[in-house]
Amino acid sequence: MSNAGSAPIKIAGLTGRSLVVVLLVLATTAALPLVLSNYQLELATEMLIFGVLAMSIDILSGFAGRTSLGHGAIFGVSGYVVVYASAQAGFSPAAAILLGVIAATAVAIIFALLAVRTSGVYFLLLTLALGMIVWGICLRWTQVTGGENGLRGDVRPAFLAGHRAFYWAVLAATTVVSYAMWRFVRSPFGLTLLGIRDSESRMKSLGYNVPLHLFIGFAVSGFFAGISGALYALFNNFVSPSTVALEQSVEGVLMMIAGGVGTLFGGFVGAAAIIALENVVSAYTERWQTVLGLTFIVIMIFAPDGIIGALRAILPRGGLARERYKD
Amino acid sequence: MDRRQFLKSSTAAVAAAGTGAVPWRRARAQAAPIKVGLLTPLTGVVASGGKEMVEGVQFYLESVNHQMAGRKVELLIEDDASNPDTALQKARRLVEQGNCHMLIGDLLANTGLAVANYVKGTGTPYFIPIIAADDLTQRHRIKNVIRVAGYSASAFTHPFGDWCLKQGYKKIATVSQDYTFGHEQCGGLAQVFTEGGGQIVQQFWHPLNTADFSPYLGQLADLKVDAIFAMETGADATRFIQQYASFGLKGKTPLLGAMNATDQSVIRTLGEECDGIIAAAHFAEGSDNPATQKFVREYEARYHKIPSLYGFSMYSGIMWVAQALEKIGGKVEDRDAFIDAVLKTELVGSPLGKTVKLDAYGNPIYDVQIRKTVKRADGKYWNVPITSYPGVSQFWKYDPETYMKQPPYSRTFQGIKKA
Repeated sequence: MSNAGSAPIKIAGLTGRSLVVVLLVLATTAALPLVLSNYQLELATEMLIFGVLAMSIDILSGFAGRTSLGHGAIFGVSGYVVVYASAQAGFSPAAAILLGVIAATAVAIIFALLAVRTSGVYFLLLTLALGMIVWGICLRWTQVTGGENGLRGDVRPAFLAGHRAFYWAVLAATTVVSYAMWRFVRSPFGLTLLGIRDSESRMKSLGYNVPLHLFIGFAVSGFFAGISGALYALFNNFVSPSTVALEQSVEGVLMMIAGGVGTLFGGFVGAAAIIALENVVSAYTERWQTVLGLTFIVIMIFAPDGIIGALRAILPRGGLARERYKD
Repeated sequence: MDRRQFLKSSTAAVAAAGTGAVPWRRARAQAAPIKVGLLTPLTGVVASGGKEMVEGVQFYLESVNHQMAGRKVELLIEDDASNPDTALQKARRLVEQGNCHMLIGDLLANTGLAVANYVKGTGTPYFIPIIAADDLTQRHRIKNVIRVAGYSASAFTHPFGDWCLKQGYKKIATVSQDYTFGHEQCGGLAQVFTEGGGQIVQQFWHPLNTADFSPYLGQLADLKVDAIFAMETGADATRFIQQYASFGLKGKTPLLGAMNATDQSVIRTLGEECDGIIAAAHFAEGSDNPATQKFVREYEARYHKIPSLYGFSMYSGIMWVAQALEKIGGKVEDRDAFIDAVLKTELVGSPLGKTVKLDAYGNPIYDVQIRKTVKRADGKYWNVPITSYPGVSQFWKYDPETYMKQPPYSRTFQGIKKA
């Protein structure tokens, strides 16, 4: 049912109907600054940034069947490099972002070299351990990383200092990146990842180099996580070991699961739901983490396919359902 | 009642309600509350200290009937979760959504530094009675970040190093949590002690939340030093003091602590094993100063525990802000005047029982107490001053400009003078 009801004419890989949906969503999100307060706008910015992180994890998890607990570290490395390059080494923000994304991709490549031949729980544990190494380095290499205190600086260029300008910039970046990710998972190469998820042995016997494909998939996923990490560094003007910690990876994974594994755009839904929940609930009770935990349990019981998955079950086919590949 | 009559009377009623509402709204605007945003770790590794921070602030606000300079005070409390990213998000919420006139609080240096970096952009006054990072009042000052009733990490260990020399100690080893707060406290002691002819034999740095200190204690026992300086906070401090005693070091080698190692938040749960530890601090809950005694008595009656550093600092910090607001007639909206007033205010009537003022760099000048943990009549332990260094500057006896030219204390720079 992968292409049920597709229209003959496609623009940039989108059917007419999904193009309308995409444009509507974009117009609505672009208009948000006109109605939201500054604080709400910052939350929206954060949702977009973490949405990209969740999507990058979904590339591996939902499409290649490998859930990574090391993406928080990749995300954080980019943040560290961006803040260090601009605040300490005096690079321009653009150069700093570029360096940050390169560094994140490099870290992802190292992770990938070590992890691609494993799967299941071993992949999970290996990426977790690699992430912990990065965290340990950030914590102990005080001269460069500032240790526990982290790094600070005015990373954001002046023309992005305003809440609205920054939101629009992040929205634009997010749109481009999301489109790129969407094209990536739908490309012939992306389809081989799906094949690996569904049956590694079949892909092998068909002559595909499974580890190489996973390696490229991991590196690409790390590249996108690096972009979101760089945006987060611009957003906070600050980075500390908690940005690369295991909690960050877990949060990214939870966002992806809450949105729906393998839905890609579920990342945004999950990020929005979790960030909104964190901020609303914590205003009422200091037990907000308990509430968050209970919410996850409820999602897992009643919507195991995530929020997008649950919506799909309710909504008629054609709209949301087309994003999902399943045989 | 016919329809016309109804319209007339209801219109009149609405109009009356409307005119009533207008002056009411205006009256409200005049007495609009002063909004104070309190950031504190209510969850995470230092949650217990965070709760005492809230108590300290509330204890003061209750004592003044939630009024400062004749204006009502509205306290907005947010949990920073002991995490700088969360602290930053909550600070944004308090400033941008809560419209707070000022922020106060945070416990861990990394949370405080993250918020300080944020308010540098917004200009919101931010008060840090607990955040001790040296450079916030030294090399990297931010005008609107003020250390009311707080202290810089190395300020008390400088005189402590001097005190050690006076005891005739020749060799000291330090053991400390491996993060900036620890590096700075150890650095203060090491610099003064070695410049006075002492020797720092070895320094141990261990990660936060170390469960087992035996590898360190074994080595410490072999070093044959005159005293051991332990820079520990929270659960690490509790464990270290317990294991120090059970390793048989207590009674053999004198144990010196950073002020937080023998703070009430730590020794409250300890017994015999914490007896006789020496530490340097501005506040000693066992002081016989009547002001201190009154504060401790009332705090104990209210919260059923002896106040810790956290309760005391937040209480005195918010008191400082209140006294500054008093001077400018409660006009908290005029930020420059407000910040200026806080910097110039000399804190009177605090539990220290002595006037405190800020130096030219925004750090308070205190009489530093060398205090010892002793058993109180009811069997609880507390810190009693044994001697005091009056009017100690954060730069000790160094010239501020020269002092700030040396690098900040870190694991690699401890100010140790080569013999």
